[in-house]
This record gives sequence, C-alpha cells and structure tokens, in this order.
Amino acid sequence: MIWEVFRQERKGQPFQHAGSVEAPDFRFAEIYGREQYGRRGESEALWLVPREHLSVVEGWADEFDLKYRRVDGYSIKARLKEARERAESR
Amino acid sequence: MDDQEFLEYVQAGGQVETGDWMPDDYRAKLVKFIEMHGNSELMGVLPEREWILRAPTLQRKLALTAKVQDEVGHSQLIYRVVEDLGKPREQCLADLVSGKSKFHNVFHYPTKTWGDVGVIAWLVDAAAIISQKALLKCSYAPYARIMKKICWEESFHILHGRDVILAMVTGTPEQFELVQEALNRWWPPLMQFHGNPIPADDDPMYQWRIKSQGNEEARQQFLDGYVPQMLELGLTIPDPALRKRDDGVWEYTEPDWDELRHVVTGHGPKTQERLGFRRLNHDETAWVRSVVLAEAA
Amino acid sequence: MNARSRVEVLLELADDELILGWRDSEWTGIAPLLEEDVAFSSIAQNEIGHARALYELAARELGSDADALAFDRAPDEYRCAPLVELRRLEWARTIARHWLYETADEIRLAVLKASDDPEVAGLAAKIDREEAYHRMHAEMWIDRLLATEEGTTRLREAIDELWPYALGVLDGELRLQLVERVRGRLPFDLPEVEPVTRGQHTEELRELWDEMTEVRRSAPTGAQW
Repeated sequence: MIWEVFRQERKGQPFQHAGSVEAPDFRFAEIYGREQYGRRGESEALWLVPREHLSVVEGWADEFDLKYRRVDGYSIKARLKEARERAESR
Repeated sequence: MDDQEFLEYVQAGGQVETGDWMPDDYRAKLVKFIEMHGNSELMGVLPEREWILRAPTLQRKLALTAKVQDEVGHSQLIYRVVEDLGKPREQCLADLVSGKSKFHNVFHYPTKTWGDVGVIAWLVDAAAIISQKALLKCSYAPYARIMKKICWEESFHILHGRDVILAMVTGTPEQFELVQEALNRWWPPLMQFHGNPIPADDDPMYQWRIKSQGNEEARQQFLDGYVPQMLELGLTIPDPALRKRDDGVWEYTEPDWDELRHVVTGHGPKTQERLGFRRLNHDETAWVRSVVLAEAA
Repeated sequence: MNARSRVEVLLELADDELILGWRDSEWTGIAPLLEEDVAFSSIAQNEIGHARALYELAARELGSDADALAFDRAPDEYRCAPLVELRRLEWARTIARHWLYETADEIRLAVLKASDDPEVAGLAAKIDREEAYHRMHAEMWIDRLLATEEGTTRLREAIDELWPYALGVLDGELRLQLVERVRGRLPFDLPEVEPVTRGQHTEELRELWDEMTEVRRSAPTGAQW
C-alpha cells in the first residue's frame, strides 16, 4: 500500500507533497513517514494519505472570455484618468 | 502531440507529469536512466556499509550510518518514480541482483582503508552531486522534484567526507598517506564517472532533456571545483597531464573508457561479490516482505 | 541496583546501547524493505547517541571522554548484557531482540527516571522519550508477525532462542516485571530457562570489538579521526 506524504516545514506553512512510502498499515506508514521525511527536523507535521484515496482533477475549459474573474480582466487606467480630470474640474 | 512536438516541448523547457502522454522511447529512456540511479544508490551502500562497523569515533559512526541511511532513502524515492513509470520496485531489485541492470562504475570497486571512506564521501559524492544538481531541471517533473531532497542530503555527505579527510591530513604521516593512497585508487574511476565526452547534442538523455548538461561539462565542473581543494591540502593528483588551460578548460590524461565499459557491464573487481551479497540478502529477507505485504487481518 | 556505583550503572546502560546500536547498524543498507532500512537505521543511530550521552556523564567522573570509554577499553571491561552482543540475527530474531530489549529497557529507565540523582534522572527521561518511538516500532512489528502463521512461527522460534539472554538484561525484581510483561503480550508460552546473565561475554563481543576498534587502533592513542 502506497501512502502519499505531505510535509509542513514550519508551523503556519502549507503542507506540500514530499513523496511517498510503502507500508501495510497506518502504524508502519507513520514510522516510515517520520523517518523518511522528518529525521533531520525538516518537518513540523506530516499528512499521510493512502494513494488510493487521492483523486486527481485536472483540465479546465476556458472557451469563452472569463477574464472578469482575474485581475487582468479590468483595464481601469483610461477611466480612472477621466474620473480624476472630471473631479479636478468640479 | 506527436513525438516531434513532444521533443520540441521538452527542449523548450517543458515538463512532463506521470499521467501525461509521452513517446515510448522517452518512457523507456527514463526508466533505464532513473532505474540505474536507484541501483547506484543501493549498490553504493555496500562499499561504505563495511566501514560503519569500523568507524573510529562515535561521531564518525553516526555520520557514516546516517550517510548510508540517506542513500537507501534515495533509492526508495527513486524506485518509486520508476514504479510509477511502469516498472515495479520488486522487478528493479530482481533485475539488479540478477545482473540484468546496471549501476555506476564507482560502486564496483573495493574500499581498502578508512581513507577510502573519506574520499568516497567527499569526492565521489561531489562528482555525484554535480550530476544530480543538473537533474533538478529534468523534463520529467516527478524525478526533478525528488532531486531536491536528494541534493540537500548529499550536501551533508560532502561536509562529512571533507571533515574525515581534514582530520586525516592533519593527523599522523600514516593517516595522510591513507588519504593519498585512497585518492590514487579513486582518481581513475572518478575521471570516468561522468562518462565519455560524447557531445551533449548526440546524447539521447540530453536530447530528451532528461539530463540538462553534457558529460564533459560535468567533468569540467568537478575538476574546477575540487582540484584546487585537493591541492590546498597537500595532496598529489595522480595525473601528470592535469592542468588548467588559459581559457579555463582542464586538460587531463584520457580516461580508460574500455575499463569503464568493462566495469559497468558487470566486470568490476567487486561486482560479482556485491551482487552475490545483495542476492543472498534479498532471498533471506523475502519472507519478511511477504509477511508484511500480506493484507492486514 | 543499589549495590552498583553511579558509574557502573551508567556504563551498564551505555554499553548495552552502544553494542546494540552497533549490531542494529549491521542492517543499515540491507534491511528487508527500503523504508524499514531507513527506520531501523535511525534506531541504531539513536542507541549510539544514547550511549554517547551516558558515556559523557560517566566520563566526567572518570576523567575520560566518551570515545575512550566506547572504544579504548578491553572487551572484558564492557558491562553489556550478552543479549546485545549477538551478531546480526535474521529478521525475526532481530525484531524479537529489539522488542525484548525495549521492553526491558522501559522497566530499567522507569527506575532511573525516579532516581534522586537529577543528572541521571534527567538523562533517563530524555532517553526514554526517544525510546518511546522504538517501542512503537517494535510493537507494530510484533503485531505484524503475529498476524500471520508464518510470522508467528518465526517469532516463537526467535523468542525461544533469545529468552535466556533477555532474562539476563535485568535482575531481581525488575526481571520479574519483564517476565510478566512478555508473558502477557505473547500468545504462546515462554520456555523455562536459566538466564544468561550480565558479567559473562559471548565470543561474538570479542569479534565485534576487534572490528569496531580496528581503524582506531591503527593509529597511536590520541590520534584524531
């Protein structure tokens, strides 16, 4: 059974994928994970997840203009300039 | 995507994940290259393991055990990458012990004294880290990712090796001599380590951007980094032709490429003994794997 | 334990940890599974680390240092129990020894942790915090072996063989505690045997010592390595 290991380097930081261990149950996975991904004090905490419980999702359709969801979807420069000019003339 | 588009993609710096489509040739080259790396980590354990039991101080004992432990850990990470490409770890191990697959030249040689332990940890690991750092940019992303941890751990080995060497060159004349003799023994295999100077563009591993540098480039980097360090300790490098040209390129006596080929195809001085030992050990512990892998009751 | 001096108590524990660590490190690089190799190697290193800390404490009293105590005594001067001297055992015996030793060690450390010598009590507590992981490791392996018929048979053979040695790690009241714990944990009976007690050494200690001190002895005393 393969366990994926996610490692948090310091408290407050995100957990990042570190690698995996092969272990027959959680007790073995814990010991093996601890030693393979934390023996030099490089981890604050680990998440151990059986590989079969991970679901991968990938690929996003973006066929139409979805820029309004992103920062590059807004060009405010010209309008901001005009707004400022009008404000000055008031 | 077809083969040509894939080639252009990786040559432009594109990276590939496990589930992505890839040409059969690319997959086959990856498996061969990465498997040999895993084998080398695992076989590299044996020459040093003999000295874990003879380490002369508690500190050296701990550091050497930790180094060998790291190498086993690396082989675990590396075989996982191979397994996810389609070749199970158990098959890799079976092919290793049967002599079907290869491992790096330096691990086919004997370790004769504690001086060898220092030279291996310092210089063999230095040569290896140059190759491994270049793999941080490998087009196959899962392999590139594990290289980060591997390079981080290798850097401790070089420090440990250098410290072993420093203690001996500042010790008794006999201790200094152990280092010099070990360097004399290891120099030829070290010069062969990065492979023959095939131009990078003719190297299929480079074309697929599995490797990111050519063999000679790696060797020059090794010489540039470490020759001055050896000389400053008063060591003599056993190659009278070795010199750095004005344009910065190192010249050296042509390494014995026939020896390299002979050794890595299973004819090194310790090849058969070490494979035999691994085979025996693998057989003796087979029952443990079957008990462990038996589904939990 | 009252009959022994502080230094004797420290050296007894230190020698056990050193020699067991040395033996356990024989598996580094060749353990049955790659993950196990990494884990078991850490255990070996921890034991040696404990030995070093204990030697340092003893060395202050003896005007020596940890390395000299670990390497420069004659084999007969070591106070380790014969259990830890046995050379690399096959895996079921390795696990059996590891588990028997950890079980005995927990009993012994509990006494030292309660010592009115703050240095000894403090160090014992520190060691025990690390041994807790060793016990987790040993216990999971015992359960795993007991989960299959083959594992149980092999474990039983191993325990039968090692039991006299395990009894010799402790004496008096503490030995009785060990018997009780081991008996309570295993689904099979323990053999009725005489303990192989501390104070005698196996031939394997001499062989280990020859190897362990080979490099060190090759230069004059005081040489740096």
